[in-house]
This record gives sequence, C-alpha cells and structure tokens, in this order.
Amino acid sequence: MTLMFFMIHLVPGDPARIMLGPRATPEMIADISMRMGLDQPLVIQLIKFLGNILKGDLGVDVLSSRPVTEIVFGQLPYTLWLIFSAIFGAMLIGIPLGCYSALHRNTFADRVTGVISVACITAPSFVVALYSLLIFAVTLKWFPAIGAGEKGDFFDQAAHLVLPAFAIGISWVGYLSRLVRASMLEVLGENHIRTARAYGLTEFTIVYRYALKIAILPTITVIGVGMGFLISAAVLTEVVFARPGLGKLIIESITTRNYPVVMGSVFISTGLFVISTTISDLVNASLDPRIRDNL
Amino acid sequence: MKGVIKKISSDPLGLIGLCLVTLMVISALGAPIFAPYDPIQLNIMERLQGPSVNHLLGTDQLGRDLFSRVLFGGQVALKVAFVTIGLALIVGIVLGLIAGYGPAWLDNSIMLLFDTIRSVPTIMLALAAVTVVGPSITTVIFVVAVSSIPNYGRIVRTQTLTLKSKDFVKAEKLMGASLLRILSIHLLPNILGPLLILASMDIPTVIALEAGLSFLGMGVKPPTPSWGSILNDGFSLIRNTPWPIIAGSIPLVLATLGFTFLGESLRDLLDPKLRKLV
Amino acid sequence: MSDNILKIRDLSVNYQTDRGKLKALRNVDLDISRGSIVGVVGESGCGKSTLITSIIRQLDSNADIPNGSIEFEKQDLLKLSLDKMRNISGTQLSIVFQDPMSTLNPVLSIGRQMMDIQYRDKTSKKIKKQRSIDMLNKVGIPDPQSQLKQYPHELSGGMQQRVSIAMALQAGPSLLIADEPTTALDATLEVQILKLLKELQEEMGCSILFVSHHLGVIAELCDHVIVMYAGEIVEQGSTYEIFNNPAHPYTVKLLECDPASISKKQRLLPSIPGEIPDLTNLSGGCIFKNRCDQSIDRCDKHTPKWNEFSNNHYVSCHLIES
Repeated sequence: MTLMFFMIHLVPGDPARIMLGPRATPEMIADISMRMGLDQPLVIQLIKFLGNILKGDLGVDVLSSRPVTEIVFGQLPYTLWLIFSAIFGAMLIGIPLGCYSALHRNTFADRVTGVISVACITAPSFVVALYSLLIFAVTLKWFPAIGAGEKGDFFDQAAHLVLPAFAIGISWVGYLSRLVRASMLEVLGENHIRTARAYGLTEFTIVYRYALKIAILPTITVIGVGMGFLISAAVLTEVVFARPGLGKLIIESITTRNYPVVMGSVFISTGLFVISTTISDLVNASLDPRIRDNL
Repeated sequence: MKGVIKKISSDPLGLIGLCLVTLMVISALGAPIFAPYDPIQLNIMERLQGPSVNHLLGTDQLGRDLFSRVLFGGQVALKVAFVTIGLALIVGIVLGLIAGYGPAWLDNSIMLLFDTIRSVPTIMLALAAVTVVGPSITTVIFVVAVSSIPNYGRIVRTQTLTLKSKDFVKAEKLMGASLLRILSIHLLPNILGPLLILASMDIPTVIALEAGLSFLGMGVKPPTPSWGSILNDGFSLIRNTPWPIIAGSIPLVLATLGFTFLGESLRDLLDPKLRKLV
Repeated sequence: MSDNILKIRDLSVNYQTDRGKLKALRNVDLDISRGSIVGVVGESGCGKSTLITSIIRQLDSNADIPNGSIEFEKQDLLKLSLDKMRNISGTQLSIVFQDPMSTLNPVLSIGRQMMDIQYRDKTSKKIKKQRSIDMLNKVGIPDPQSQLKQYPHELSGGMQQRVSIAMALQAGPSLLIADEPTTALDATLEVQILKLLKELQEEMGCSILFVSHHLGVIAELCDHVIVMYAGEIVEQGSTYEIFNNPAHPYTVKLLECDPASISKKQRLLPSIPGEIPDLTNLSGGCIFKNRCDQSIDRCDKHTPKWNEFSNNHYVSCHLIES
C-alpha cells in the first residue's frame, strides 16, 4: 500500500514548457514555473508534493485555479456508479451462470455457455459500447445516448446507466462465469464435499452453502484486482457515451494540458485500485478462517 | 511444428483461432498488395459512402477507402502487438533474472517497481504518459510495454528464485560455472515455453489496448490508420452512418477472438497447468 | 440366522477407463449382522474403496453396476431414488473417512457443521446444540461448548477424527462404515480412536464395517473378517478363524508378511511376489493364480466357488474344494 507513495516517482520531472505547449512565451513559462514551484530543484518539488498529498492537497487546476481534489472528487461518483453497476450486474448473472455450468458439466448448455463466455471476454468493452450505442441508442432509441441523466431523477439516471454498465459488464459476465465454473468444479471434487453428501445434506446446501463459499474466494480476489481494468474500461465507455466522470475529465484535461488534474485523476484511480484490492482481501478473510489466521 | 498445427486444428476453437490469425497476419502483411486504394488518400467526392463494389467497406468522412484503411490498420495492430510484447518480454526477463538472482535489496527495489507499475490502471498510465510526451505510436508501444513488464518479470523472478535454491545449481556454482551458463542452460529453456504462451495470450489485450488508446485520440497520429482511430472517426459519425464503426470493429473483434482462441488452444495443448497462472 | 442389517449379493462394479472396462468388483457377497463389527482387509487396489462408495452410492459417473443388490435394513439401496438415499445417509447409515482434515469443511465451524447434519429434525436450535455438545462429550472432546466455535484447522488430527466420529454417530445409525479411520493418525492416536469406537459400538449397538489394510487393527477390533483381493472376496470368517486358521493362500501370505507376526529375526521382510492382475484384461480362472505358490491346473481355467472350510469360515479356493 505504500507503493502508492512511490508512484509519484513516475511523474515529476515534467517541465512547464510541456504543460503550456509549444506556443508559450518565455515569460509565461517563468510565471507558471514560479507559481507551481517548478523552478526549484526536483527533490524539493518531490518533497513538497508528497507533503501536500498527505495534507490532502493535490494541487490546483491550471485553468480555473480550483483545487484539483474538488474537481476530481466531483466527477468520481459518476465513475463509481458506473463501475459498481457494471460489476454487480456481472456478478448477478455471471456467478449463477458459472454455478449452473459447473453442475451441468459437459452438457450442451455448458459448452455453449463456455464459448459465449470466451467471446464475451475477448470483445473489447469500448467496441461493445459503440455497438450498444449504435443499436440501442441511435437506431432503436430504447436508451439515452448521452450523459448521466437528470440529477435527482433516479429512473432517468438509471436509464442512462444501462448501456454503459452493460458494455463494461458483459465481458465480466463471461470471465466470472468461467472462473466460478472452474472453482466450483475444483471444490466439488474435494473430500469434504464427499463427506457432506455422505451425511445426506441436500444438494442445495452442499452447492450453495458449502461449495460456493469456498469457490467464491478466487472470484473475489479477481474482482478486487480487476478494478484496474474496470477503471480503464470506464474511461473508454464514458467517452463513448459522453458521460461525466473520471474518464471524461482526464481526456479533456489532457487536451487542455491541465497537468495537475491529470495527475490527480491518475493518482486517485490508483488509490481506488489499491483500496479495492484491500477490500477484496478483507472480504476473503472474513469468509475463510484459514486466511484470517494467517494474516 | 506440423504436429502442433494438427493438434490445434483438432480443437474446433483452436482451428477457428488459427484461421482468423492467419487471415489477419496475411492481410496485414500484404496490405500494400491487397489494398485497392492508398489509405490516406483523400477523395472528398466520395465521402461517407456505404459498401459498394468500389469500396468494399465504404468510405469515411474524408473519402478515404475504409477497406484499405482497415488493412493498413492491421499493420499497426501487429506492429504494436509484437514490438510491445517483445520489448516487455526482454526487459521483463532481464529484470526478473536480476531480481531473482541478485542481492535482496535489488530484488526488493525491482519488486517495488513492479508493484508500482501494476497498481496504476493501464489506461491511466498511458494517459499520463500521453500528457507528457504527446500522442504517438511510440508512446503507446512504450507505455503498454512498461505496463506488461511486471507480468513477465514476476514469473521469471519466481522461477529464478526456485532455481537458485536447488541443489544442483549450488553444485554447479561451486564448480565455478558462470552465472550466464547456469541461467541459460537451466532456467531459460524451461521458462521460455510457458512465457511465450503467456505472451501470446497477451496479444489480444495489447491489440485492444492500442485500439482503445487510438480511439481516444491518444495513440497513432492521424492520418495513419489504426482500427482504433477508424472507430474514433466512426464515433463522431455514428448518427450519420454506421459503416466506419462496423469497418473498424470487425477486424478488431476478429483479431482478438482469433488470437484468444489460438492462445488458449496452444496453452491447453502444451501445458494445462498454466490455466492457473492466467 | 441372526438379523442381517446389510446383505450384499452378487455385486459387480465396472469402471469405464481409457484402457477399457475395469472390473473393480466381481460378484461380491457380504453379510453384516446387527451389532457386529466386520473388518475388510486387503491391499491397495483390492476394491475396498469401490465397495464402500457403492454402498453410500457415491460412485463416479464412469462407474456402472451390471449386477447385484445392496440390501440395507431390507431395502435395496441400489434401487432407491437419490432423495430416499439422502434420507438414509447420515442417519441410519453413516461413514467416517480416512483423513479428517480434508473431510471436514474448512470454512465452517465445527458447531455449524454439527448443526447442519441435523437439518431434517424440526426441533429447536437449542436442542440441536445440546445434542452436539453431548455427542462431543461422548467422543471424549474436552470443553465441547467452546469447541463448537472452532474451525477444523484449529484442531489436532486426533480431535478432528473424534469430531468426524461424533458427526457420524449423531443420528444413531445402525451401520457405521469406517474407511481406514486411523491410517492417517499416529500409533498412539490410533489406539485411542479404536478404543473409542469399541466403547461407542457397545453403547449404541450399531454395526461397524471397518476397512483397513492394517491387520493388527482388524484383529483388535473386529468380530468377523473379510479378505479381499483384486475385486473379489477370497475368504471370510470369524476373526479367530481367519487369523489362526487361514485357508486361502493369499490370506496365509498376508499374515506371514505382517510385520507384527514375524517372530524370528530375518534379513529380508517377506512379501508376496508379483502384482495385482490387470483388471481391464482378465483371463478366466482364479484371480490369485499368478501369485500363488500352490496353484494347480484347475486354477487356470475355473473360478473357484465358495466352500465352507470350517464353522462360519468360507473360502474361495480350489484347494479347499470338498
């Protein structure tokens, strides 16, 4: 977790010139350098930057001079909503699908699900996003194509979430169902399941309370680590659907060379990633006492 | 080699993968031959046409033939994929070897570097890099390579560590064998196979990543065609005509599907144990 | 004729493998009378596991039962629906497995698992909990109340096995199958567990089908012994008869090779030369013929029939034919 700290190493060392672009005059450069403290030796910059981070200060927006934290956190909820709806939707469909496939191994349904899952996984999410936009929003007009919906209007916002969440979630459905299937098959072959059967416990208890509880652990880890991919996918999807969020923010900031905002967004998303892996570890520990005892 | 091809062909998905990949590679490499038009040649008169005999996939908003652009886009995709993965492999192997074999402090530093890289979502990393250096194909290659290095590096490091503690290696060291000898004779042959398979499974990811970045405008610079940039053009035209999107997405999906099927088939064939690593 | 709670007749089990049809069990007959302890002894591959799995009906999907019946308390288990079987498993018919660490669910507490197996009972949680505590007491687990909250990996091997036994005997089964329950434990624990089983058996009056490859244990615990070899029962009789009066050449050799029975110091430990025949490719005749040092011509061609060797002592061997 402290590695987040060192991520900063990747970023400093970028002169004001790049920030202002090729048409900056020497005066502008000097001015900005002084304002942003870029004329000081790198080490001092780094220390100041780290100190600021600890205070919760990520710098100021170049254009509007609003604190970066305010800007980024303002957009963050949209992205979070998107990511969570996508992953919850994927879990809702993918996990039962995986269980079903494991229980009905090698049947026609299982094989078909398998192939579809692989296909789902491989289709890049922004392609799915584009097609959803094309088919469902532009052509069929079933769902809105742009934005996040009216603030305060739950249904409108939900409607605006459907297509983007679908675009991101679809590949996860495939991934999760394959993962769950594999884990379940492995757990169902273990000795304690055999014992449970010998005690006459019902199939339902055995599959859903005994086996699934163990099989779900790798899935949770995967989701935790997958936050990185989810964030990346969210960025692309937000652009496609012109949704507000971290992605849109970053893209715009890049084109306006709004360096602090870009850095802040990257930083926050990294933090998000770290938090999600930690959470997934904690959830696993709560489910499996063996992990708890090892911590 | 023939045996491998035969076995892959017996698996239906593998066969599909093989065909798709072959199709893609041939069309990409042979783009100059197959493409009916110059991909960056403007022809405003014929802009925004649907598919026709003249233009198999239609034209874009500047009248450029989409089919030709798609073919040349394949070149970009392949180039990025192979250079990136090749680079990542080489650097990853070297770093992994150093980390595994060298002193603890070096190992820790390298691992810290790896963890740092891994904790930043790739697109974010790419975007940050683009902010600094500006968009270009080189940027894409560089960033994606850097973000892939830890994947390979970690595996090499683990294997090196295991090997280091094995008795027969200690014995060889005693006898004065050089580092290079130990590594090349014992480690590399064993690790290269699985690594290559892992790398081949990364190809679809890298292709998709390049497409995504180009789509955002952060990848190849116009007018160079890339499937992602075709999609970008298509995106702005989405209410006018669907064809650029279709043109850009079909090769992308086919390529990723193809490489994925092929990669999985290869992996299942050569080492089912690798299922756990992925 | 005492009351037989388990009557297996002419049971054969085949497995479909890559190499062909593996005849794991062939025409097995077995009786277990109420309240008795029957031991099944034989080397690895003799079919003991298949026998047990057939009884509890957990054979793999590639297994197939061409003939036979398994009558338990007058019901043919093979003809029961899985639902009905589930009602019997764990209540009237119960099993303790070999490795307790892997047979208990690692992510649920002992208490949870012990409560779960009482699910058919509609009484209150308090009563079920009390039952669990009583059962744990019976198997000699100290401070059962707090043990309920423990997880399997927090207990020692011996304790785990005791818990398994408690769970198996919870519902008061008439037959307990013990599949090498002490093989994974060290010698001192083995003695304790055996003692426990004996006590519980006397107290609860259940029958035990005890499977082991350890002759000493069988001799210690069982009333009746069945000797299996390569999918067939070759000899059965009372413990006294089998150990003192072995008739089948295999049994004789088996007893000779048991380290406990060796009285003179020797340089080489005795063993039975040869290997178990390939069960996918059986030629006719006696199954033991290629390792038997007393085989005669008849052994090559004809499968021996059951013959009474002495009181309550049966053998399947041409040499014993009357």
